[in-house]
Amino acid sequence: MTNGWTDVANADVVLVMGGNPAENHPVGFRFAMEAKRTRKAKLVCIDPRFNRTAAVADHYVPIRSGSDIAFLGGLIHYALEGELYHADYVKQHTNAAFLIEDGFGFDEGYFSGWDAESKTYDKASWQYQKDSSGFARVDETLQNPRSVFQLLKTHYARYTPERVAEICGCSAEEFNRAAETICSTGRAGRSGTILYALGWTQHSHSVQLIHAAAMLQLLLGNIGMPGGGVNAQRGHSNIQGATDMGAWNMLPGYMKVPRAPWRSLDEYVHTNSPAPLRPDALNYWSNTSKFFVSLLKAYYGDNATRDNDYGYDFLPKIGEKDNYSWGFFFDRMNRGGLEGLISFGMNPVANGPNTVKMLSALAKLKWMIVVENFETETAAFWKASELAGEYYPGAPDAADIDTEVFLLPAACFAEKDGTFVNSSRWLQWKNQALPPPGDSKPDQEIIARLFLKLRELYEDEGGTSPEPLTSIAWDYGNAISPDLQEVAREINGQEVATGRQVPGFGALKDDGSTRCGNWLYSGSYTADGNQMARRGQEDPTGLGLYANWSWSWPANRRVLYNRASADADGKPWDESRAPIRWQGGRYTGDVPDFKADAAPDSLGSFIMLPEGVAKLFAPDFVEGPFPEHYEPAESPVDNAMHPAVGVNPSATIFTGELDTLGTRQDYPYVALTYRLTEHFHYWTKHVKTSSLLQSNFFVELPEALAAEKGIQNGDRVRVSSARGTAEGPAMVTKRIRPLQVAGRTIYQVGLPIHWGFLGRTKGPLVNNLTPSVLDPNSGTPEYKGFLVNMEKL
Amino acid sequence: MVTVAKLIDTTTCIGCKACEAACQEWQDQPFPVGTYDGTYQTFPDVRHDFWNLIKFNEIEHADGGLSWHMAKFQCMHCVDAGCITACPAPGAIFRRDNGTVDFDHDKCIGCGYCITACPFDVPRLNPITQKVYKCNLCSDRTAVGLEPACIKACPTNCLTFGARDDLVQIATDRARTLREDGKASAGVYNPAGVGGTNVIYVLEDAAHPEDYGLPNDPTVPWTVRVWQGPLKWLGNAALVGGILGTFFHYIRFGPRHADEESS
Repeated sequence: MTNGWTDVANADVVLVMGGNPAENHPVGFRFAMEAKRTRKAKLVCIDPRFNRTAAVADHYVPIRSGSDIAFLGGLIHYALEGELYHADYVKQHTNAAFLIEDGFGFDEGYFSGWDAESKTYDKASWQYQKDSSGFARVDETLQNPRSVFQLLKTHYARYTPERVAEICGCSAEEFNRAAETICSTGRAGRSGTILYALGWTQHSHSVQLIHAAAMLQLLLGNIGMPGGGVNAQRGHSNIQGATDMGAWNMLPGYMKVPRAPWRSLDEYVHTNSPAPLRPDALNYWSNTSKFFVSLLKAYYGDNATRDNDYGYDFLPKIGEKDNYSWGFFFDRMNRGGLEGLISFGMNPVANGPNTVKMLSALAKLKWMIVVENFETETAAFWKASELAGEYYPGAPDAADIDTEVFLLPAACFAEKDGTFVNSSRWLQWKNQALPPPGDSKPDQEIIARLFLKLRELYEDEGGTSPEPLTSIAWDYGNAISPDLQEVAREINGQEVATGRQVPGFGALKDDGSTRCGNWLYSGSYTADGNQMARRGQEDPTGLGLYANWSWSWPANRRVLYNRASADADGKPWDESRAPIRWQGGRYTGDVPDFKADAAPDSLGSFIMLPEGVAKLFAPDFVEGPFPEHYEPAESPVDNAMHPAVGVNPSATIFTGELDTLGTRQDYPYVALTYRLTEHFHYWTKHVKTSSLLQSNFFVELPEALAAEKGIQNGDRVRVSSARGTAEGPAMVTKRIRPLQVAGRTIYQVGLPIHWGFLGRTKGPLVNNLTPSVLDPNSGTPEYKGFLVNMEKL
Repeated sequence: MVTVAKLIDTTTCIGCKACEAACQEWQDQPFPVGTYDGTYQTFPDVRHDFWNLIKFNEIEHADGGLSWHMAKFQCMHCVDAGCITACPAPGAIFRRDNGTVDFDHDKCIGCGYCITACPFDVPRLNPITQKVYKCNLCSDRTAVGLEPACIKACPTNCLTFGARDDLVQIATDRARTLREDGKASAGVYNPAGVGGTNVIYVLEDAAHPEDYGLPNDPTVPWTVRVWQGPLKWLGNAALVGGILGTFFHYIRFGPRHADEESS
């Protein structure tokens, strides 16, 4: 979240789209209810289903799953066309005035630079026009036809309400009513927030979808404002923490994992420290070397020296074009390219797309370690044929699977201390409630024991390249099960010589004198103690910032980009909602997202970006600098914008034997998967409370489709896709409205995810149905908007 | 003592069922695996072992609009409680000083009169213990100054617990705010036919409480009033007669034995 849960109470308009917080984030959703109660805020819900959030919304608009960019593009058009955007904000805080190279353009589904052979873009034409000093050229009047603002207007001119209705399946009137409310926040004195979740992230064009949301909020002047922002509701209690601490391509703090061509520390730093694009850009990523060297010092301790590039060579390097994200490594596994897997707090058989492929891939491993609270479908994958044979006719018998599976029992969240990082970016320290049962161990002990054993083997027996392991600093008081307070202190960062805690990332150095496990978390455990354990409820601004409650990254800042809450001279757009104020040479209120002692007009307001302002035009993504509507990989209709280019040309679509896609003739209905409030993922089917409150898998379908098929409420139905099937009782409902898309009636079918072949209550895994299709930027599978058929059993 | 009450603002209820889980946990109720009835509701109705149920109702309006009402349903703790009037067993159903209608299960004879007399159809007979059960407003919690478990668990603050007079005011204000905000038929549900209730609702469409699973104009059945009013002596005589008859039957013929029955 750019803002945070408590901040939602400051909104005048709450747009919920691509999420269902009443269902999946009921505790955070209280702040949306508070906004309604105390400010008469309007809640707008846009979703394929009339869901729990829609039930308390002021406006509900149904749309076809996978058509969200068309809707957001329509909102951008509506704001521009009606001049409802916040003009001063757009000029001051975005790259609207920047001029783009003459070669940039968009034609019939493709941006300039498309190479049909390699199926990639050459981004040369997507760049800013530069002056002789290397700075981007701008036109403050926004009138230059090559300005971002004019290009934006042209690009979205096609997204008329009628076109939106044709693609999304709502009516133009419904769109207009919602747009009027949403765009009412495009002026000083009004704030609108956007809450989204996996309904946006699980498409083959999901990153562009969220980019579109950010563009809309920038045009309306809602970024940096209390009651504004683009707010991702994270799907697990600590998934924000997991993201912050790295992934296959990210080191902690969103620094890139080195790629093979970056052969030295210098090359890494050079590649990852952007040059400023405007004279007044603070360009904070120019500090990359300080964060990166401090991280290497945390990893390798005394083994990281100036002479060996602080251990840069110990870090694994990814091939220039390699991709090890989820879909890719399972694909490789399925082709026999992987020997082993450690599945740690993860249940890929249940939550991966195309379950049949997951089962097939795991059967090709030599060994697998599963670390979990329960025996999961992944740990028991070799029993799939026995336990759920009706769904997996091709799955091998247990006797024919050679994968050796080790199930290590892990402590659950209440059985260990540590932190949760919530959607608001708050690091909240928690205490252990009770000891873990039986042989189960906390995560850090499992990792430590594995590491120590591996290191011992390398030390005893040598190996091809033992240094990356043998050089790791492991100085914890308890090497077998490190104390998490100690780990938290290391993550915060310390002076190497004295061991003193650093006060924040501003103190980090690139000369090896500091170590820091994650620069973004620097400040969370200072010389004053564990800031994450704070529980102060003071709120002097009355804006719900709660600066003394836990600790928020970065720097305990509660509203990101808060400098944009004021005009060029620092005068707040809204006196009643000013997160920061420039008074007497410093800022009061929230921690400023700005240089603390710099006057408001001295620097660009978005300090992390080389532009110094926010990007409406963003060449960062693989499929274009502006979001464009593309259909899901399986779609019931042609793309009304450009029939020849239906699907995102850059989407990752696997084409192996098990990666089949269905046609609209064989599979005429649009399906989407989702979660229910009573359950958490695939865990709580093991829990008595949740399995009482929602015991059964079901298939939600519109009344009209049920009537066509002769299906009564409660009848057993089979849903099938080109990948597999799922069976369960029908829930015939008015809440999924048939939609009129491109002159045809389109039915949508809803599939809750929470069941599987193990647990107190059982049901089909709905990922039997989902396709092996990923967003090309994030690698997230397209769980929403695939095609199915349905029959009554 | 101040009369307490529970306020349910259905306009901010999201049907999350936290109140259901809290009720089961606090009251030490079982956790059966439910059967499927084609709705989001946990059970079709309240049960002797499930006292707090959120009812889900899909309502299609004349203009094509749709509402999905979620309303928590439980004992209403009526000011004029039909169950107390109907109960023939002295002290089995009683009103606490704070206005709560509660059961003393040692005294309950399982006759089921309270079930017939309840205009909200709340009490349920446990066929094994032959006693009747319903929400007691967590009397063990309220006795020590705590709010009922359902209130404690509610994440959206759509549930409030407090002095009845205060809550009536809050509900009235909230309904007025909703009307000012364009919800013309918003109102408070506190039905006069039972003298008002100690569970008060704010409804967006107060003209149609049945859309929320609530009776439109609940009253204590006249048969109960007559039976337990002017004709109470007759009922008591019949009850006493029944007990006496059983006693003399036992004296005369002795206990029945299972083997006699099967032979």
